[in-house]
Amino acid sequence: MSKTNRRQFITKAGALMGAMLAAGIVSGSAYAADFATAKVNTTKLAVTDTTVKVGILHSSTGTMAISETGSIQAEKLAIAQINAMGGVLGRKIEVVQEDGASDWPTFAEKSKKLLEKDKVAAVFGCWTSASRKAVLPVFEKDNGLLFYPTFYEGLEQSKNVFYTGQEATQQILAGLDWIAKEKKAKTFYLIGSDYIWPRTSMKIARKHIEQHLGGKVVGEEYIALGDTQFGSVINKIKLKKPDVIYAAVVGGSNVAWFKQLNAAGLNSKKQNMLTISVTEDEVLGIGGENLEGFYSAMKYFQSLKNANNEKFVAEFKKMWGPKAVIGDVTQAAYLGPWLWKAAVERAGSFDVDKAVAALPGYEFKEAPEGYVKVDSNHHLESKLRVGKWLANGQAEVVYESDLIKPDPFPKGYQ
Amino acid sequence: MNETLSKILGGKQGAIGLGILAALILVLLPLGLDPFRLGLVGKYLTYAFVAVSLVLLWGNGGILSLGQGIFFGLGGYAMAMFLKLEASDPVSTAIQSTPGIPDFMDWNQLTALPWFWEPFKSLPLTILAILIVPTLFAFLIGYAMFKRRVGGVYFAIITQAIALILSILIIGQQGYTGGVNGITDLKTLLGWDIRTDSAKYVLYYVNAALLIGCILLSRYVLSSKFGMLLLAMRDKEERVRFSGYDVSNFKIFIFCLSAMISAIGGAMFTLQVGFMSPTFIGIVPSIEMVIFAAVGGRMSLIGAVYGTLLVNAGKTMFSETYPELWLFLMGGLFIAVVMFFPNGLAGIYDKYAKKVPFLRKLSEESPKARKAETVLVETKEAGVKA
Repeated sequence: MSKTNRRQFITKAGALMGAMLAAGIVSGSAYAADFATAKVNTTKLAVTDTTVKVGILHSSTGTMAISETGSIQAEKLAIAQINAMGGVLGRKIEVVQEDGASDWPTFAEKSKKLLEKDKVAAVFGCWTSASRKAVLPVFEKDNGLLFYPTFYEGLEQSKNVFYTGQEATQQILAGLDWIAKEKKAKTFYLIGSDYIWPRTSMKIARKHIEQHLGGKVVGEEYIALGDTQFGSVINKIKLKKPDVIYAAVVGGSNVAWFKQLNAAGLNSKKQNMLTISVTEDEVLGIGGENLEGFYSAMKYFQSLKNANNEKFVAEFKKMWGPKAVIGDVTQAAYLGPWLWKAAVERAGSFDVDKAVAALPGYEFKEAPEGYVKVDSNHHLESKLRVGKWLANGQAEVVYESDLIKPDPFPKGYQ
Repeated sequence: MNETLSKILGGKQGAIGLGILAALILVLLPLGLDPFRLGLVGKYLTYAFVAVSLVLLWGNGGILSLGQGIFFGLGGYAMAMFLKLEASDPVSTAIQSTPGIPDFMDWNQLTALPWFWEPFKSLPLTILAILIVPTLFAFLIGYAMFKRRVGGVYFAIITQAIALILSILIIGQQGYTGGVNGITDLKTLLGWDIRTDSAKYVLYYVNAALLIGCILLSRYVLSSKFGMLLLAMRDKEERVRFSGYDVSNFKIFIFCLSAMISAIGGAMFTLQVGFMSPTFIGIVPSIEMVIFAAVGGRMSLIGAVYGTLLVNAGKTMFSETYPELWLFLMGGLFIAVVMFFPNGLAGIYDKYAKKVPFLRKLSEESPKARKAETVLVETKEAGVKA
């Protein structure tokens, strides 16, 4: 802020305070006077002199509710914290929450409602790739702004979306490098749920194992979403004796997968496994004792030791209860409102085009995961960690990579 | 009024009911709602095709299909395949390993368009596919079931199983079908952008006109001799069979017709919503569509449309107002309808319309609920005369 600006600001603020006191309104929005609504909002978004509306669009009902609830909680925490600091450009954030109901067409309908009826300045939401694919055309047509929290398969880059989770190469390559070196692994068995994310991830993993690690993939299996019969897969694994099982099994199938592995005697003492789909949230359902000693590759674990994270975990538990756990996606969802605040303040405007243009290059040093930087391809530069699961459902971080640049369209891995 | 016309309109009362519906969806809703809400109504009206088809099949034919989502989905996928090919021109897919094929094929390492996608490069062939593929599929299912006299609960279970199989097949073959994501990001129809507000209006009216057309067609079918036989079959199948009719052929026909009507709804859904996914084929949506018909009243073609609108409007409103509670409210609504109004909205109308003198006079003129036996005797006599 330049000197003139500051002086103007003080005069204006004084005038406004006077006016407000006269009207009997006490509010902390003096700062807003420096950013006249007509100037910071030229595209008819729901921005007033004192408030700005944003949307939260996750599933609070249906099969995905168990995963998405953490994201809703994290986004609400971040918004509450931002409001406590005075809001964005002096305006308090008001949340319009919609339920995607684990149903992709509902996601499309609700995103349209948020953008066309509520005129929200940004939306924090979606979890599965399918829901993101369903809303993407809506955001592109209505020029909305979406912050998407889940680690995902990549192969996408939209002007209207910021991806706060990791794309596939960020999550896969460093983790495979680590386990190949640490466990001297040569043979890998790939297993995943049957949809786009595991399939793309396994494609990348296979190329990396074969071309860069000099290893061999001895099996690749996909099981239908929600399937709970792993008997034949486990028999094949016993026959092939891979050095490492590389797993991307999601949702309810996870519980059956780990329990049946244990029942078949394949616990971590006999078998190495690296998964890219298990966070603290899933462990709640699976039970820590069932995956004790197995590894997950994520960018965030609740047990991370740094000041940002300790504060974040404490405030999360204060808001949502001492039993709440925080997984990778929950942390990524928490970044959304903060990144949006930064974008709007760097742009000095709520306009989507200006905010989008202002965000790349921004470094968020208060992130619970430590540090992230927004890349020009709308993904985040972040680190990868490998966590070893403990019986109490928490992970011990055994490896941390350097910062990894996002690469949603990886050359040589297609 | 000449006889055919009066048959199609369903007498004076039927004509008034249809007139009110037409005024509502063609004039009142477009005038009263903003483009966003009207788009939602347009989406609901595509489900109404399925509800209408269920009135034919279930209400009048007594055949409960829990797999109408199959046909809605097939129609929708056929349309989506055409639109997806148009959206996947080599220029806009230049970043792919193989430009010119749909994006999800590229993600799944396909390098050429599968043969069964080829016909969907042409719009006339696509429209043919929308009408014929679901009908043919219904014919195969119907032939296999009804010729063996499989009916009732067994038929309902089998249709449900087929719906499940088809959705698993589509999810499993994601390189060819888009998998669980469905076919998304559809933009233009022969170069015409279907996402603009003006396009939404045009599609809404096309959809509404097609729906009214389907209702008229259904009325015509039901008012014919065939319609009477259908009712007779529903109530006393054995008697119809012993009277010398081939019951299975009638059942196959009505099943095929209901499949075609559902498929038109599916195709219009894809055009208006801009994507298609396996969530519309499985068991849950198929059962939901039966609920639409039940809420409207399973005997009433027009009631089915109102039922669909009411249930979906309720869904949208409840979920917007109470994002955490809305499923319970919907459940409460269904229980209330079934407990207090077993004949749905049409039942409420029939019950209370009699208390209004003007409406009572109308309903007396066209006696609607005739007992199956009388119908059977009448048709048989008509058959003898002819």
